[in-house]
Amino acid sequence: MIAVIDYKCGNLRSVGNALHRIGAEYQITSDPAVIRSASHVILPGVGEASSTMRALQKDGLDQVVLSLTQPVLGICIGMQLMCRYSEEGDVNCLGIFDTDVRKLPGSDTLKIPHIGWNTVQPLPVETRHALSLQTGLPDETYFYYVHSFAPAICEQTTAITGYGVPFSAILQNGNFFGTQFHPEKSGEAGEIMLKNFMKL
Amino acid sequence: MLAKRIIPCLDIKDGATVKGVNFLDLQSVGDPVELGRKYAMEGADELVYLDISATSEGRNTFTDLVSRIAENINIPFTVGGGIATLDDAARLLTAGADKVTINSAAVRRPELIDEIASRYGNQFVVVAIDAKTINGVWTVTTHGGKQLSERELFIWAHEAQERGAGEILFTSMDHDGTKNGYPCETYARLCDDLSIPVIASGGAGSVEDIADVLTKGKADAALAASIFHYGEIPIPVLKQALLEKNINVRI
Repeated sequence: MIAVIDYKCGNLRSVGNALHRIGAEYQITSDPAVIRSASHVILPGVGEASSTMRALQKDGLDQVVLSLTQPVLGICIGMQLMCRYSEEGDVNCLGIFDTDVRKLPGSDTLKIPHIGWNTVQPLPVETRHALSLQTGLPDETYFYYVHSFAPAICEQTTAITGYGVPFSAILQNGNFFGTQFHPEKSGEAGEIMLKNFMKL
Repeated sequence: MLAKRIIPCLDIKDGATVKGVNFLDLQSVGDPVELGRKYAMEGADELVYLDISATSEGRNTFTDLVSRIAENINIPFTVGGGIATLDDAARLLTAGADKVTINSAAVRRPELIDEIASRYGNQFVVVAIDAKTINGVWTVTTHGGKQLSERELFIWAHEAQERGAGEILFTSMDHDGTKNGYPCETYARLCDDLSIPVIASGGAGSVEDIADVLTKGKADAALAASIFHYGEIPIPVLKQALLEKNINVRI
Protein backbone atom coordinates (compact mmCIF):
# COMPACT_ATOMS: atom_id res chain seq x y z
CA MET A 1 0.00 0.00 0.00
CA ILE A 2 1.28 3.43 -0.99
CA ALA A 3 0.80 6.26 1.49
CA VAL A 4 0.23 9.65 -0.14
CA ILE A 5 1.07 12.21 2.53
CA ASP A 6 -1.75 14.67 3.11
CA TYR A 7 -0.42 17.92 4.51
CA LYS A 8 -3.16 20.09 2.99
CA CYS A 9 -0.86 21.36 0.28
CA GLY A 10 -1.63 20.10 -3.07
CA ASN A 11 -3.41 18.21 -5.66
CA LEU A 12 -3.53 14.93 -3.73
CA ARG A 13 -6.45 13.80 -5.78
CA SER A 14 -4.46 13.82 -9.01
CA VAL A 15 -1.71 11.65 -7.50
CA GLY A 16 -4.37 9.30 -6.14
CA ASN A 17 -6.12 9.14 -9.50
CA ALA A 18 -2.86 8.31 -11.27
CA LEU A 19 -2.11 5.52 -8.79
CA HIS A 20 -5.63 4.20 -9.29
CA ARG A 21 -5.18 4.19 -13.08
CA ILE A 22 -2.06 2.00 -12.80
CA GLY A 23 -3.81 -0.36 -10.38
CA ALA A 24 -1.89 0.62 -7.24
CA GLU A 25 -3.45 0.52 -3.79
CA TYR A 26 -3.04 3.79 -2.00
CA GLN A 27 -4.25 5.80 0.95
CA ILE A 28 -4.19 9.58 1.28
CA THR A 29 -3.23 10.10 4.89
CA SER A 30 -1.64 12.33 7.50
CA ASP A 31 -1.45 9.53 10.08
CA PRO A 32 2.22 8.89 10.98
CA ALA A 33 1.51 5.24 11.79
CA VAL A 34 -0.06 4.63 8.38
CA ILE A 35 2.79 6.46 6.63
CA ARG A 36 5.46 4.51 8.53
CA SER A 37 3.84 1.14 7.78
CA ALA A 38 3.27 1.80 4.06
CA SER A 39 5.37 -0.08 1.51
CA HIS A 40 5.96 3.15 -0.44
CA VAL A 41 5.39 6.80 0.37
CA ILE A 42 4.67 9.73 -1.92
CA LEU A 43 5.14 13.34 -0.82
CA PRO A 44 3.20 15.42 -3.37
CA GLY A 45 2.59 19.11 -3.21
CA VAL A 46 1.53 22.26 -4.92
CA GLY A 47 2.26 25.67 -3.57
CA GLU A 48 4.90 27.94 -2.18
CA ALA A 49 7.93 26.42 -0.42
CA SER A 50 7.93 28.22 2.93
CA SER A 51 4.19 27.77 3.53
CA THR A 52 4.23 24.13 2.43
CA MET A 53 7.28 23.50 4.66
CA ARG A 54 5.41 25.00 7.61
CA ALA A 55 2.40 22.83 6.79
CA LEU A 56 4.62 19.73 6.75
CA GLN A 57 6.14 20.70 10.11
CA LYS A 58 2.81 21.56 11.68
CA ASP A 59 1.92 17.99 12.63
CA GLY A 60 5.47 16.71 12.82
CA LEU A 61 5.26 15.11 9.38
CA ASP A 62 8.72 16.48 8.54
CA GLN A 63 10.22 14.18 11.19
CA VAL A 64 8.10 11.28 9.95
CA VAL A 65 9.46 11.72 6.41
CA LEU A 66 13.04 11.88 7.67
CA SER A 67 12.56 8.61 9.57
CA LEU A 68 11.28 6.59 6.59
CA THR A 69 13.30 3.65 5.26
CA GLN A 70 10.93 2.46 2.51
CA PRO A 71 11.00 4.03 -1.00
CA VAL A 72 9.85 7.65 -0.80
CA LEU A 73 9.01 9.78 -3.85
CA GLY A 74 8.77 13.55 -3.61
CA ILE A 75 6.97 15.21 -6.51
CA CYS A 76 7.56 18.85 -7.48
CA ILE A 77 7.31 20.91 -4.28
CA GLY A 78 7.48 17.60 -2.39
CA MET A 79 10.91 17.01 -3.90
CA GLN A 80 11.95 20.59 -3.23
CA LEU A 81 11.05 20.23 0.45
CA MET A 82 13.42 17.24 0.56
CA CYS A 83 16.34 19.50 -0.45
CA ARG A 84 18.49 21.55 1.99
CA TYR A 85 17.04 24.97 1.37
CA SER A 86 14.66 26.84 -0.93
CA GLU A 87 15.02 30.40 -2.13
CA GLU A 88 11.23 30.53 -2.40
CA GLY A 89 10.30 32.07 0.94
CA ASP A 90 13.91 31.70 2.17
CA VAL A 91 13.24 28.45 4.01
CA ASN A 92 15.35 25.60 5.33
CA CYS A 93 14.00 22.25 4.18
CA LEU A 94 14.54 18.59 5.09
CA GLY A 95 18.11 18.22 3.80
CA ILE A 96 17.65 14.75 2.35
CA PHE A 97 19.07 15.89 -0.99
CA ASP A 98 22.34 17.76 -0.80
CA THR A 99 21.29 20.72 -2.92
CA ASP A 100 19.43 24.02 -2.81
CA VAL A 101 16.33 25.10 -4.70
CA ARG A 102 16.85 28.22 -6.80
CA LYS A 103 14.57 30.38 -8.91
CA LEU A 104 14.86 29.59 -12.61
CA PRO A 105 16.58 32.49 -14.38
CA GLY A 106 14.16 32.90 -17.30
CA SER A 107 14.79 35.31 -20.14
CA ASP A 108 12.97 37.17 -22.88
CA THR A 109 12.25 33.88 -24.59
CA LEU A 110 12.14 31.60 -21.53
CA LYS A 111 8.91 32.27 -19.68
CA ILE A 112 8.56 31.70 -15.94
CA PRO A 113 6.82 29.55 -14.70
CA HIS A 114 8.37 26.77 -16.76
CA ILE A 115 5.14 25.17 -17.90
CA GLY A 116 4.77 22.26 -20.25
CA TRP A 117 6.50 19.18 -21.55
CA ASN A 118 10.27 19.12 -21.47
CA THR A 119 12.79 16.36 -22.08
CA VAL A 120 14.51 14.49 -19.26
CA GLN A 121 18.09 13.37 -19.83
CA PRO A 122 19.34 10.58 -17.54
CA LEU A 123 22.92 10.95 -16.32
CA PRO A 124 25.27 8.01 -16.90
CA VAL A 125 25.43 6.79 -13.35
CA GLU A 126 26.04 3.04 -13.48
CA THR A 127 26.45 2.74 -9.74
CA ARG A 128 22.82 3.61 -9.07
CA HIS A 129 20.14 1.06 -8.33
CA ALA A 130 19.83 -1.44 -11.14
CA LEU A 131 16.13 -0.82 -10.97
CA SER A 132 15.46 2.89 -11.15
CA LEU A 133 12.60 5.25 -11.85
CA GLN A 134 13.83 5.52 -15.43
CA THR A 135 13.75 1.83 -16.39
CA GLY A 136 12.14 1.36 -19.79
CA LEU A 137 12.07 5.06 -20.58
CA PRO A 138 14.20 6.28 -23.49
CA ASP A 139 16.56 9.24 -23.12
CA GLU A 140 14.88 12.55 -23.89
CA THR A 141 11.47 11.35 -22.78
CA TYR A 142 9.04 14.24 -22.29
CA PHE A 143 7.57 14.90 -18.85
CA TYR A 144 5.21 17.60 -17.67
CA TYR A 145 6.60 20.50 -15.65
CA VAL A 146 4.95 23.37 -13.80
CA HIS A 147 7.37 25.30 -11.60
CA SER A 148 9.39 28.47 -11.13
CA PHE A 149 12.05 27.08 -8.79
CA ALA A 150 14.24 24.01 -9.22
CA PRO A 151 16.96 22.09 -7.37
CA ALA A 152 20.49 22.75 -8.58
CA ILE A 153 22.47 19.80 -9.92
CA CYS A 154 24.36 17.83 -7.28
CA GLU A 155 25.93 14.42 -6.65
CA GLN A 156 22.47 12.93 -6.17
CA THR A 157 21.12 14.15 -9.52
CA THR A 158 20.24 11.16 -11.72
CA ALA A 159 18.61 13.07 -14.58
CA ILE A 160 18.62 16.65 -15.76
CA THR A 161 16.38 18.97 -17.74
CA GLY A 162 17.45 22.20 -19.38
CA TYR A 163 15.49 25.42 -19.26
CA GLY A 164 17.97 28.24 -19.64
CA VAL A 165 20.09 26.36 -17.15
CA PRO A 166 20.24 22.63 -16.46
CA PHE A 167 18.60 21.58 -13.18
CA SER A 168 17.87 18.35 -11.30
CA ALA A 169 14.94 16.59 -12.94
CA ILE A 170 15.35 13.50 -10.76
CA LEU A 171 17.21 13.20 -7.45
CA GLN A 172 18.00 10.07 -5.50
CA ASN A 173 19.58 9.52 -2.11
CA GLY A 174 19.24 5.92 -0.93
CA ASN A 175 15.53 5.19 -0.52
CA PHE A 176 14.56 8.78 -1.25
CA PHE A 177 13.62 9.82 -4.79
CA GLY A 178 12.34 13.08 -6.16
CA THR A 179 11.06 14.34 -9.49
CA GLN A 180 10.72 18.02 -10.34
CA PHE A 181 8.20 17.11 -13.05
CA HIS A 182 4.80 15.59 -12.44
CA PRO A 183 4.75 11.86 -13.33
CA GLU A 184 1.07 11.78 -12.38
CA LYS A 185 0.36 14.20 -15.22
CA SER A 186 2.87 12.93 -17.77
CA GLY A 187 0.71 10.54 -19.75
CA GLU A 188 2.09 7.08 -20.48
CA ALA A 189 5.69 8.00 -19.59
CA GLY A 190 4.57 9.11 -16.16
CA GLU A 191 2.63 5.90 -15.64
CA ILE A 192 5.72 3.83 -16.50
CA MET A 193 7.70 5.85 -13.95
CA LEU A 194 5.11 5.40 -11.21
CA LYS A 195 5.05 1.65 -11.92
CA ASN A 196 8.86 1.65 -11.64
CA PHE A 197 8.55 3.36 -8.26
CA MET A 198 6.06 0.73 -7.08
CA LYS A 199 8.56 -2.01 -8.00
CA LEU A 200 11.35 -0.49 -5.88
CA MET B 1 13.90 21.56 -24.81
CA LEU B 2 10.47 22.81 -23.82
CA ALA B 3 7.86 21.79 -26.38
CA LYS B 4 5.16 24.05 -27.78
CA ARG B 5 1.84 22.80 -26.46
CA ILE B 6 -1.24 21.77 -28.41
CA ILE B 7 -4.35 22.13 -26.29
CA PRO B 8 -7.81 21.03 -27.37
CA CYS B 9 -10.49 23.16 -25.75
CA LEU B 10 -13.76 21.61 -24.75
CA ASP B 11 -16.54 24.11 -24.20
CA ILE B 12 -19.10 22.59 -21.87
CA LYS B 13 -22.77 23.40 -21.77
CA ASP B 14 -25.15 21.30 -19.69
CA GLY B 15 -22.56 18.52 -19.39
CA ALA B 16 -21.87 18.16 -23.12
CA THR B 17 -19.07 19.48 -25.30
CA VAL B 18 -20.14 22.22 -27.64
CA LYS B 19 -18.49 24.57 -30.06
CA GLY B 20 -20.18 27.52 -31.65
CA VAL B 21 -19.25 30.08 -34.23
CA ASN B 22 -18.48 33.33 -32.44
CA PHE B 23 -19.83 31.76 -29.25
CA LEU B 24 -23.33 31.44 -30.73
CA ASP B 25 -25.10 28.69 -32.65
CA LEU B 26 -23.95 25.91 -30.35
CA GLN B 27 -23.66 22.38 -31.65
CA SER B 28 -23.08 19.36 -29.44
CA VAL B 29 -19.88 17.47 -30.25
CA GLY B 30 -19.60 14.75 -27.65
CA ASP B 31 -19.10 13.50 -24.10
CA PRO B 32 -16.44 15.64 -22.36
CA VAL B 33 -14.63 12.80 -20.62
CA GLU B 34 -14.55 10.46 -23.63
CA LEU B 35 -13.46 13.26 -25.93
CA GLY B 36 -10.74 14.35 -23.49
CA ARG B 37 -9.42 10.81 -23.14
CA LYS B 38 -9.32 10.42 -26.90
CA TYR B 39 -7.35 13.65 -27.25
CA ALA B 40 -4.92 12.62 -24.49
CA MET B 41 -4.25 9.32 -26.24
CA GLU B 42 -3.72 11.13 -29.53
CA GLY B 43 -1.01 13.34 -28.03
CA ALA B 44 -2.76 16.43 -26.69
CA ASP B 45 -0.42 18.17 -24.25
CA GLU B 46 -3.13 19.55 -22.00
CA LEU B 47 -6.87 19.97 -22.05
CA VAL B 48 -9.00 22.98 -21.23
CA TYR B 49 -12.61 22.58 -20.14
CA LEU B 50 -14.62 25.78 -20.13
CA ASP B 51 -18.14 25.91 -18.77
CA ILE B 52 -19.27 28.56 -21.20
CA SER B 53 -22.76 28.80 -19.86
CA ALA B 54 -21.73 29.21 -16.24
CA THR B 55 -21.08 32.92 -16.04
CA SER B 56 -24.03 34.02 -18.11
CA GLU B 57 -26.48 31.90 -16.21
CA GLY B 58 -24.89 32.51 -12.85
CA ARG B 59 -24.36 28.81 -12.34
CA ASN B 60 -21.62 27.32 -10.30
CA THR B 61 -18.97 25.33 -12.08
CA PHE B 62 -19.18 21.70 -12.83
CA THR B 63 -17.42 19.98 -9.97
CA ASP B 64 -18.75 16.47 -10.63
CA LEU B 65 -17.58 16.53 -14.22
CA VAL B 66 -14.18 17.77 -13.06
CA SER B 67 -13.88 14.77 -10.73
CA ARG B 68 -14.66 12.37 -13.57
CA ILE B 69 -12.16 14.10 -15.84
CA ALA B 70 -9.46 13.88 -13.15
CA GLU B 71 -10.07 10.17 -12.71
CA ASN B 72 -9.84 9.39 -16.40
CA ILE B 73 -7.29 11.75 -17.93
CA ASN B 74 -3.51 11.33 -17.47
CA ILE B 75 -2.43 14.77 -18.71
CA PRO B 76 -2.96 18.19 -17.12
CA PHE B 77 -6.28 19.92 -17.50
CA THR B 78 -7.54 23.38 -16.77
CA VAL B 79 -11.10 24.25 -15.90
CA GLY B 80 -12.93 27.52 -16.06
CA GLY B 81 -16.24 29.21 -16.33
CA GLY B 82 -17.98 31.02 -13.52
CA ILE B 83 -15.12 30.90 -11.00
CA ALA B 84 -15.80 33.94 -8.85
CA THR B 85 -14.28 33.19 -5.45
CA LEU B 86 -11.31 31.54 -3.76
CA ASP B 87 -13.74 28.84 -2.58
CA ASP B 88 -14.73 28.05 -6.18
CA ALA B 89 -11.07 27.56 -7.03
CA ALA B 90 -10.47 25.46 -3.91
CA ARG B 91 -13.38 23.17 -4.76
CA LEU B 92 -12.04 22.58 -8.27
CA LEU B 93 -8.52 21.90 -6.96
CA THR B 94 -9.98 19.35 -4.57
CA ALA B 95 -11.95 17.78 -7.42
CA GLY B 96 -8.67 17.28 -9.27
CA ALA B 97 -8.24 20.26 -11.60
CA ASP B 98 -4.62 21.22 -12.27
CA LYS B 99 -5.36 24.83 -13.04
CA VAL B 100 -8.29 27.18 -13.12
CA THR B 101 -8.98 29.91 -15.60
CA ILE B 102 -10.69 33.01 -14.42
CA ASN B 103 -12.17 35.52 -16.77
CA SER B 104 -15.17 37.76 -16.06
CA ALA B 105 -14.77 37.59 -12.28
CA ALA B 106 -11.17 38.79 -12.52
CA VAL B 107 -12.20 41.71 -14.72
CA ARG B 108 -14.86 42.59 -12.15
CA ARG B 109 -12.60 42.06 -9.13
CA PRO B 110 -8.90 41.74 -10.05
CA GLU B 111 -7.94 40.88 -6.43
CA LEU B 112 -9.29 37.39 -7.14
CA ILE B 113 -6.09 36.70 -9.08
CA ASP B 114 -3.94 37.66 -6.06
CA GLU B 115 -6.08 35.57 -3.73
CA ILE B 116 -5.93 32.36 -5.74
CA ALA B 117 -2.27 32.79 -6.69
CA SER B 118 -1.11 33.45 -3.16
CA ARG B 119 -3.02 30.45 -1.82
CA TYR B 120 -2.32 27.89 -4.54
CA GLY B 121 0.58 29.33 -6.49
CA ASN B 122 0.86 31.25 -9.76
CA GLN B 123 0.90 28.02 -11.76
CA PHE B 124 -2.68 27.31 -10.70
CA VAL B 125 -4.10 30.55 -12.13
CA VAL B 126 -4.68 31.03 -15.84
CA VAL B 127 -6.24 34.37 -16.63
CA ALA B 128 -8.41 34.05 -19.71
CA ILE B 129 -8.95 37.20 -21.69
CA ASP B 130 -11.58 37.51 -24.41
CA ALA B 131 -11.04 40.66 -26.40
CA LYS B 132 -12.22 42.24 -29.61
CA THR B 133 -11.21 45.27 -31.57
CA ILE B 134 -13.46 48.29 -31.08
CA ASN B 135 -12.33 51.21 -33.23
CA GLY B 136 -8.88 49.65 -33.43
CA VAL B 137 -8.53 49.12 -29.66
CA TRP B 138 -8.30 45.60 -28.27
CA THR B 139 -11.12 45.79 -25.75
CA VAL B 140 -11.61 43.15 -23.07
CA THR B 141 -15.03 41.54 -23.03
CA THR B 142 -16.78 39.47 -20.36
CA HIS B 143 -19.62 36.97 -20.14
CA GLY B 144 -18.50 34.98 -23.18
CA GLY B 145 -18.00 38.06 -25.29
CA LYS B 146 -21.41 39.51 -24.60
CA GLN B 147 -20.30 42.51 -22.54
CA LEU B 148 -17.62 45.07 -23.21
CA SER B 149 -15.42 46.14 -20.31
CA GLU B 150 -13.41 49.32 -19.97
CA ARG B 151 -10.13 47.42 -20.01
CA GLU B 152 -7.59 47.28 -22.80
CA LEU B 153 -5.99 43.93 -23.62
CA PHE B 154 -2.29 44.69 -23.12
CA ILE B 155 -2.76 46.72 -19.95
CA TRP B 156 -5.06 44.12 -18.45
CA ALA B 157 -2.78 41.21 -19.37
CA HIS B 158 0.13 42.97 -17.69
CA GLU B 159 -1.90 43.69 -14.57
CA ALA B 160 -2.99 40.04 -14.45
CA GLN B 161 0.63 38.96 -14.62
CA GLU B 162 1.65 41.37 -11.84
CA ARG B 163 -1.18 40.09 -9.67
CA GLY B 164 0.03 36.50 -9.98
CA ALA B 165 -1.36 34.90 -13.13
CA GLY B 166 0.74 31.93 -14.23
CA GLU B 167 -0.44 32.00 -17.84
CA ILE B 168 -2.58 34.14 -20.11
CA LEU B 169 -5.14 32.51 -22.37
CA PHE B 170 -6.05 35.10 -24.95
CA THR B 171 -8.99 34.61 -27.29
CA SER B 172 -9.71 37.04 -30.06
CA MET B 173 -13.47 37.33 -30.27
CA ASP B 174 -12.98 38.68 -33.79
CA HIS B 175 -11.46 35.35 -34.83
CA ASP B 176 -12.93 32.70 -32.53
CA GLY B 177 -14.68 29.96 -34.45
CA THR B 178 -14.11 31.58 -37.82
CA LYS B 179 -11.14 29.40 -38.87
CA ASN B 180 -9.53 32.44 -40.46
CA GLY B 181 -6.35 32.19 -38.37
CA TYR B 182 -5.07 33.94 -35.28
CA PRO B 183 -4.13 37.65 -35.05
CA CYS B 184 -0.39 36.90 -34.96
CA GLU B 185 0.87 40.46 -34.58
CA THR B 186 -1.28 40.94 -31.52
CA TYR B 187 0.00 37.69 -30.03
CA ALA B 188 3.61 38.59 -30.74
CA ARG B 189 3.20 41.91 -28.95
CA LEU B 190 1.46 40.22 -26.01
CA CYS B 191 4.19 37.57 -25.74
CA ASP B 192 6.90 40.23 -25.87
CA ASP B 193 5.14 42.29 -23.20
CA LEU B 194 4.70 39.41 -20.76
CA SER B 195 7.13 37.18 -18.88
CA ILE B 196 4.56 34.39 -18.40
CA PRO B 197 3.40 31.91 -21.06
CA VAL B 198 0.68 32.90 -23.50
CA ILE B 199 -1.82 30.42 -24.90
CA ALA B 200 -3.31 31.39 -28.24
CA SER B 201 -6.98 30.64 -28.72
CA GLY B 202 -9.66 31.16 -31.32
CA GLY B 203 -9.45 31.08 -35.06
CA ALA B 204 -7.40 28.03 -36.04
CA GLY B 205 -8.52 26.59 -39.35
CA SER B 206 -5.36 24.97 -40.65
CA VAL B 207 -1.93 23.63 -39.71
CA GLU B 208 -0.47 26.87 -41.09
CA ASP B 209 -2.59 28.97 -38.72
CA ILE B 210 -1.24 27.08 -35.72
CA ALA B 211 2.33 27.09 -37.03
CA ASP B 212 2.04 30.86 -37.55
CA VAL B 213 0.82 31.66 -34.04
CA LEU B 214 3.57 29.49 -32.51
CA THR B 215 6.30 31.16 -34.58
CA LYS B 216 5.28 34.64 -35.84
CA GLY B 217 2.85 34.98 -32.93
CA LYS B 218 5.49 33.70 -30.46
CA ALA B 219 2.78 31.88 -28.48
CA ASP B 220 3.82 29.13 -26.07
CA ALA B 221 0.78 27.02 -26.78
CA ALA B 222 -2.09 26.86 -29.20
CA LEU B 223 -5.59 26.07 -28.15
CA ALA B 224 -8.26 25.02 -30.62
CA ALA B 225 -11.60 23.29 -30.70
CA SER B 226 -13.45 22.92 -34.00
CA ILE B 227 -10.57 21.49 -35.99
CA PHE B 228 -10.20 18.72 -33.43
CA HIS B 229 -13.86 18.14 -32.60
CA TYR B 230 -14.87 17.70 -36.21
CA GLY B 231 -11.80 15.59 -37.01
CA GLU B 232 -10.59 18.08 -39.60
CA ILE B 233 -7.00 18.01 -38.32
CA PRO B 234 -6.29 15.05 -36.03
CA ILE B 235 -3.70 15.88 -33.34
CA PRO B 236 -1.07 13.37 -34.56
CA VAL B 237 -1.30 14.84 -38.08
CA LEU B 238 -1.00 18.37 -36.72
CA LYS B 239 2.01 17.56 -34.54
CA GLN B 240 3.83 15.74 -37.32
CA ALA B 241 3.23 18.69 -39.64
CA LEU B 242 4.51 21.15 -37.00
CA LEU B 243 7.61 19.01 -36.44
CA GLU B 244 8.28 19.10 -40.18
CA LYS B 245 8.19 22.89 -39.92
CA ASN B 246 10.89 22.67 -37.19
CA ILE B 247 8.48 23.57 -34.42
CA ASN B 248 9.36 21.60 -31.31
CA VAL B 249 6.38 19.51 -30.21
CA ARG B 250 6.07 16.35 -28.14
CA ILE B 251 5.42 13.31 -30.32
